[in-house]
Amino acid sequence: MFMFEKAVVGSRRYWTWILCLFAVIGLGLLSYLRQLATGLGITGLSRDVTWGLYIAQFTFFVGVAASAVMVVLPYYLHDYKVFGKITILGEFLAISAVTMCMLFIFVDMGQPSRVLNILRYPTPNSMMFWDMISLSGYLLLNAVISLVSLSAERKTVAPPGWIKPVILVSIPWAISIHTVTAFLYNGLPGRSFWLTAILAPRFLASAFAAGPALLILLCMIMRKVTSFDAGQEPIRKLSVIVTYAMIVNVFFVLMEFFTVFYSRIPEHMEHFRYLFSGLEGHSSLVPWMWTSMALAGLSLVLLIVPRFRRSDPVLAFTCSIVFLSLWIDKGLGLIVGGFVPSPLGVVTSYVPTLPEISITAAVWAVGFLMITVFYKITLSVRESLAG
Amino acid sequence: MRDRGLILGGLLLFLAAITFPIWWDSAARVTSRGPEPVLPANEKSCVAPTAYMRSSHMQLLINWREQVVRNDFRTYTAFNGKTYKMSLTGTCMGCHTDKARFCDRCHNYAGVTVVCWDCHVDPALIRKGAEYARR
Amino acid sequence: MRVDRKAFLRLTGLSFLALAGKQAIRAVTAAAQSATPQLGPVRRWAMVIDLKKCLQDSGCVRCIEACHAAHNVPDFKDRKHEVKWIWKEPFEHVFPPEGAEYTLAAFRGAPLPVFCNHCDEPPCVRVCPTQATWRRADGIVMMDWHRCIGCRYCVAACPYGSRSFNWLDPRPRIGRLTTDFPTRTRGVVEKCNLCEERLAQGQAPACVAACKEKAMVFGDLEDPDSDVRSLLRTRYAIRRRPELGTRPQIYYLV
Repeated sequence: MFMFEKAVVGSRRYWTWILCLFAVIGLGLLSYLRQLATGLGITGLSRDVTWGLYIAQFTFFVGVAASAVMVVLPYYLHDYKVFGKITILGEFLAISAVTMCMLFIFVDMGQPSRVLNILRYPTPNSMMFWDMISLSGYLLLNAVISLVSLSAERKTVAPPGWIKPVILVSIPWAISIHTVTAFLYNGLPGRSFWLTAILAPRFLASAFAAGPALLILLCMIMRKVTSFDAGQEPIRKLSVIVTYAMIVNVFFVLMEFFTVFYSRIPEHMEHFRYLFSGLEGHSSLVPWMWTSMALAGLSLVLLIVPRFRRSDPVLAFTCSIVFLSLWIDKGLGLIVGGFVPSPLGVVTSYVPTLPEISITAAVWAVGFLMITVFYKITLSVRESLAG
Repeated sequence: MRDRGLILGGLLLFLAAITFPIWWDSAARVTSRGPEPVLPANEKSCVAPTAYMRSSHMQLLINWREQVVRNDFRTYTAFNGKTYKMSLTGTCMGCHTDKARFCDRCHNYAGVTVVCWDCHVDPALIRKGAEYARR
Repeated sequence: MRVDRKAFLRLTGLSFLALAGKQAIRAVTAAAQSATPQLGPVRRWAMVIDLKKCLQDSGCVRCIEACHAAHNVPDFKDRKHEVKWIWKEPFEHVFPPEGAEYTLAAFRGAPLPVFCNHCDEPPCVRVCPTQATWRRADGIVMMDWHRCIGCRYCVAACPYGSRSFNWLDPRPRIGRLTTDFPTRTRGVVEKCNLCEERLAQGQAPACVAACKEKAMVFGDLEDPDSDVRSLLRTRYAIRRRPELGTRPQIYYLV
């Protein structure tokens, strides 16, 4: 039923890639077993910086998962036929990204064996409860949608009528998963770096830039290594979406800067100072943040100018730097910046340790593995239909 | 039959794997006599009848836990009308002073891993002296 | 009776829905009942700390030693993995807006005891996904270490930095194990519990009992004749970050 048999037939290059992924997963698994035995103390986290790489990756990939809506909405709500071939790719990306999110949360927990307590003792006032509900729901929605769509495509019939409302539900649901994730942060009175109404809009804007950028890159990779060509038009349109989303995102970031530095409330400025110029000698994140800003600025130029946006090699570069810039901003700066300085004004440095990076890499590899398998199945189905 | 060696070898491996829990634990600790927990010398009755404790002491402990931790209620009225303070270390270990010769006997025999002692302090650790506690 | 696949799937799906519905109803009604039944008179515990008395001996750490000994709090030398229920913090860190250049020069750098404020509107309770931390009717913000999943959301939510996570196994780092209180395990969050186990036996919290200057006063805000109420009537008290709306119940007399 899941057409997995299509994923176990492949070229030498395909299997080398799969084996590399398994190797990374295996190494990360060993590190995780060590973390289970010893405790989260083997990470770089501390009493002051209690969330780090794991939760930052979770936050970033919720955005990537939500970005599937950027291909689903135009196609299903507005009959925009151009995205016809790639909606399924967006949905598969969403499934892989949500799985990565759940894995990142799981490896971050101190008592993972008790994870079902969230369902045993539902707590509607906790945003983390709703996060679990919305992520699980989104995973289920996309799994059903992509399975039904691909099966229908394989049998060359139209998908059943009942799938349409399910797909329509997935659109606001996608917005909600990233809004709930933002709510995790921006409802905390003690963390002034996150206590801003614009956090959820910022999350969505950066998601709608990073996700489609990744989708463009994946399509370009597939054009190179497989027989699948998404076509000029879908990629062009996606790049326009990335452009607008990036403009909005940068605008929102500038809004944050104004609010903080014009009002000059010391506590609010301290977090930005730590990130962009260092505090009390701690400045490990400063080069990262400025790189992110520089890449964002450069990407805006390369996105807005049509000649650069329409050139595929330049677009590939642009999408990469968009993804990297947003990953640094959301995947590193956002979380650590919220914790430093601490509520008592103390600056603590956070540097991820090797086991922590290894586990993170393993979760990334799981995501890549899922994407590879899903896309392989899709391509095989389409090839067998065409040939 | 081709590949006879492989098939039979595979079957044997499978049998060994599927019966692993039986021979791994059995070889280690199961005897025909069964576990022999050492009962306290002074007290003759527990907070509940022996048969109930044998089958459901975990339910009782979970009930105590909920009452003490979540409801701030610490007095237990036993089946015989006596009142006890609901406390694993205080009440249970007050009579069953030797965890190694009582609790562990049945738990090890049944292959049960109990996490209570990760947090609840076994009085034996104190008795053996401060060096033992500072492992 | 022959049931075809479609009908079977439909039946199974409906059964799961019914089961989920039953669980949901149970959860909602259980949540309504989960408020701690108040036995005895209504109380609201609070603590008043007289800084003038406390700072008579600024090097004194008796409250810290008493609390950490009574509760098997581990001593991690590495600041990153510290677990502390009560500790001393410089005045400017505890009351940041007060740390202006010339005001209160008497208090600059002065070490004050800080611990969980047992807020009336605790953000940590608001965010805990399993209700492993909750506010009792008598004002104490409790921890249930059996239920905590170690997500550290409460640590992020606390505006005072009162909570510690067990990054490693605490047992080896406990100086003197006591059977009066359990230890915790790695992977759970802990904090001051206002000695609720001692209060249940009618004793004062360990820090209050240990304070030699009698600077820490503990009592019931609902009782108009209590020490805490009379102190608050006569002296001006400040609380940590009151503008956040957490309504902390630890008062500092300057």
